[in-house]
Amino acid sequence: MLAIEDVSVSIGDKQILASVDLGVEGSEIVAVLGPSGSGKSTLLRAIAGLVRVSAGDIRWDGRSVLTIPTHKRGFGLMFQGFALFPHMTVAENVGFGLRMNGVDDVGKRVEAALESVGLSGFGPRQIDSLSGGERQRVALARTMAPDPQLVMLDEPLGALDRNLRQRLVSDTRSLLEQRDVTAIVVTHDRDEAVAMSNRLAVMREGTIVQTGTLEQLLAAPADDWVRQFLT
Amino acid sequence: MRHTRQIVTTLALLMVVSAACSDEPTPGEQEGTPERITLLGHDSFIETARVTGSFDAFTQQTGIEVALVAGGDAGTMVNQAVLTKDNPIADVMFGIDDTFLSRAVDEGVFLPYESPLASVIPGELIAGDQVVPIDYGDVCINYDKGWFEENDVEVPADLDDFRDEAYGRLLTVEHPATSSPGLAFLIATIDTYGEDGWKEYWADLRRAGVNVVSDWDTAYFGDFTRYGGDSPLVVSYASSPPAEVILAEEPLETAPTAVLEDGCYRQVEYAGILAGTEWPVTGGQLIDYMLSVEFQETIPLNWFVFPVREDATLPDEFVEHTVIPSNPSRLPAEEIAENRERWIDEWISIMEG
Amino acid sequence: MSKIRWGWVAVAAVPTVFIGYFFVYPVIRILGIGLSELSIGASGVEARLLRVGWFTLWQATLSTILTFLAAAPLTWAVSSYEFKGRRLAMALVTVPFVLPTVVVGTAFVALGWRESIGAILAAHVFFNVAVVVRTVSTVWSRIDPRLFEAARVLGADSRQVFRTITFPLLRPAMAAAASIVFLFTFTSFGVVLILGGFQYATLEVEIYRQAVTLFDLPLAAALAIVQLVGVSAALYAYSAYQETRSVSWALDSGSNRRPATGRTKLTVGLATVGTLAALAIPLGVLVSRSLSGSHYARLFVDDPVVGRPIGAAGNSLLFAVIAMCLATLVGLMAAAVITGRRGSLSRWFDLVLMLPLGTSAVTIGFGFIVALDWPVDLRATLWLVPVAHALVAVPFVVRSTVPTLRSIEPETREAAAVLGAAPWRVWREIDLPIVSRAALVGAGFAFVISLGEFGATSFIARPSTATIPTIIYRLLSRPGGSSFGMAMAMSVVLAAITAAVVLALDRARVGDIGRF
Repeated sequence: MLAIEDVSVSIGDKQILASVDLGVEGSEIVAVLGPSGSGKSTLLRAIAGLVRVSAGDIRWDGRSVLTIPTHKRGFGLMFQGFALFPHMTVAENVGFGLRMNGVDDVGKRVEAALESVGLSGFGPRQIDSLSGGERQRVALARTMAPDPQLVMLDEPLGALDRNLRQRLVSDTRSLLEQRDVTAIVVTHDRDEAVAMSNRLAVMREGTIVQTGTLEQLLAAPADDWVRQFLT
Repeated sequence: MRHTRQIVTTLALLMVVSAACSDEPTPGEQEGTPERITLLGHDSFIETARVTGSFDAFTQQTGIEVALVAGGDAGTMVNQAVLTKDNPIADVMFGIDDTFLSRAVDEGVFLPYESPLASVIPGELIAGDQVVPIDYGDVCINYDKGWFEENDVEVPADLDDFRDEAYGRLLTVEHPATSSPGLAFLIATIDTYGEDGWKEYWADLRRAGVNVVSDWDTAYFGDFTRYGGDSPLVVSYASSPPAEVILAEEPLETAPTAVLEDGCYRQVEYAGILAGTEWPVTGGQLIDYMLSVEFQETIPLNWFVFPVREDATLPDEFVEHTVIPSNPSRLPAEEIAENRERWIDEWISIMEG
Repeated sequence: MSKIRWGWVAVAAVPTVFIGYFFVYPVIRILGIGLSELSIGASGVEARLLRVGWFTLWQATLSTILTFLAAAPLTWAVSSYEFKGRRLAMALVTVPFVLPTVVVGTAFVALGWRESIGAILAAHVFFNVAVVVRTVSTVWSRIDPRLFEAARVLGADSRQVFRTITFPLLRPAMAAAASIVFLFTFTSFGVVLILGGFQYATLEVEIYRQAVTLFDLPLAAALAIVQLVGVSAALYAYSAYQETRSVSWALDSGSNRRPATGRTKLTVGLATVGTLAALAIPLGVLVSRSLSGSHYARLFVDDPVVGRPIGAAGNSLLFAVIAMCLATLVGLMAAAVITGRRGSLSRWFDLVLMLPLGTSAVTIGFGFIVALDWPVDLRATLWLVPVAHALVAVPFVVRSTVPTLRSIEPETREAAAVLGAAPWRVWREIDLPIVSRAALVGAGFAFVISLGEFGATSFIARPSTATIPTIIYRLLSRPGGSSFGMAMAMSVVLAAITAAVVLALDRARVGDIGRF
């Protein structure tokens, strides 16, 4: 399980995250929901080790990860712009994490990963020939292929059209539940947040103001702002 | 006890004596013989020396290898020797001429050397005890025989003819600041007309339309009518006509060019032992070899200059196709060193002004 | 975290030691020797120096501008369109770059161009067109075409698209090319000497005159410092500009050339053939003179004075390969450091790496001979030759690869790290493949620079070795029809080798990343 305790992150003079507290249990999917600029992406980056934490601690299964460099943390992060490797094929992208970990049967596992996102046979394709939805699924397959214990998705459906989004919301959620992983999904869209997760964490100006299911939050919002944001 | 003291004293004495004996060899002396000796020369000398194996005979005779190091053009080479005089990069330097000699001598670049073969060198070529003359080239105005015949123009007789526009504009000279033959020609005019007359001479040349270019390559292969240019007269070397025959595309009977004897300047090239070398004696041997008849006779065909030894036989082409000027100009190295900058500056202001 | 720091230190150490030991240290030593005897004195000298400095500055600026104008049509053609002969055109345009100045000088003189500013400028353009074409096209061909499409949809016509989209995106690459051309023409020596006549002298010519002919080291050192200061100021302004302007998000990692259609085909053809024809005029003179006798056959025969000329090709190629590997290695590491961290330290690093291009060759050459006898005596060894070439070539590698490296989105690297790639692995899997094409362009320049023996090569003492340029100079320093013919033939051989190597490098594939 993931424990984020009193974490603050400053970049330059600006404080992006201020005393964030969040706990995510074993197979939970938590949606971090908040307006643009509230620090959601930075939170994921801090968990992944891409930004330095100025105060507080992040613990996985009881051990602090702050001293572990990014490439050794073993977390999965799906970037907002997908960040696919432009000079590699789909298969090479998806297999990248497997190769870094020295896994033996990369080819088979890549195929399995592509199948799980419905892109069987897409292995040899070039990245620039893919549509938006296909890219999203490749990015997801790449994130999931190494079987990370913690999966973080940053606005996974942000760039896609409405129909596609609806389809992918349920696909993504089932995939996450199938794998039985701990997951954090970041989004600014309330409906998506609800559809993809077990629990919501509402974020505002760098801090988590309230967590709970949508019903819980609507029933007892922490303040007016939360109530307005969720309706 | 006494024995110990005696032994210690003897040992100490031995140490002192051996320390004194293992001092740096005094200049002019060397310990043992080297496996290899290094000769620094300018690019054109060194390249040819390597290709034709000019020093193979020396190695055969002495068992010592000769390493050849190219130091750029003559001026660059001398400057390198000066800059490294405390820790020289070679043992012997060859190719220094009068225009740079003073500088090298003043900076103490050389170890004085008198070759046992010095008697074969004509006295007027000797320039002090620091260096030994090995060859000389005469910078002379060359003319294109064919052009003068075709255009039915008489070949100019002497330097004064160039004051006239009829001839002045047919002549190409090189810039004295950037060209060795250019500087040589300037000095020849200074020698001929004296400090008072040379400036007027050049003013006349300028008025007559003389053509100035930066270097010999451009003058010879760019402006000379022999190569498609507009000047049938160009400052070059007395060895250029024989070279035209020997290095022609098709075999030639007579030389297509010839030299004017007036206005020639004799450039002597010297060799010297670099101070700070470990092998001054071997260096001297190398210089002696360069004065041998054997080596001297290879000079004309390899480097298109003349050997200093009067008893060295010249190749036929050299005898047939050119003249060795009987009275070329030549100024002492110190005078050149003292006045060169002023002469060039004054020349520039005359030609630009 | 600390591991990353050590990695950077190791990578930064190689170029730092290289430039420190082979450039900074010798230059400081030789300038020190010169300045130690400095006494401000001779009147009239200042006037001439001001004149020389001013001339150097404005002819370099004008040369750079003219080079860009001359290179524009061909750059546009090879960047935007895929067509038969494109690669050949890119290779041929590099040929002038490598030819010895004296050879080009005689060609120009034969055409009747000399002793004028026009000849100097024309020669500068002739030599440097390749720098602009190759440096700028690497970036231009990778601009995302959707940007153009978006602009068009929003109502921009072709000219506006160029002005508002293409040009701003090209500015960094253009500035890079401009900086190199400016440095080359600022320190121009042979061209000014041969084609300028004696009225025109650049700082470089003056430095040579003072240092070598007159042995006035103090004055030469002072001039060299003036030259360095001027060059540094230009470079500093350039790199500050680059920092603020580098746009990283719009460059694809593949090329976006498309086939030309219809009327565009004609324009592309005209641009390509026209430019090459203009460059070919002086070259044509060379070729025709080389064909006038059996000169090519003579190259394979032992000449009594220069040996077998063609044998020199082997030495030249060997030096070139060494110089290319050295420059590419050092240059890539330097580029990694420069793009890895922002801030004034990397900017200064970049500047110092560029300085050899703008430093007087005499200074570097004499610096070598004065400084490099410690800790090992490297003076008069063959190693200094490829080192001297690499000093001039490293800036090319850096300028070719930095824009591409900067174009890689940080997220791409971060994704790799999250997926388990250690920092060096990120470099190998992400940066290196993407930058490989640009690195090959830089390597190509390095190779050609070595073949043409740029920079301080003529001022280094070295064991006698025949290389193509030394053979050419040797042949041209003696009279005789065969000498001249063979020199021209060797020049054509040099041109052919250059074109062939550049072509091969352009076609080369690094791993599977060949489509770039």
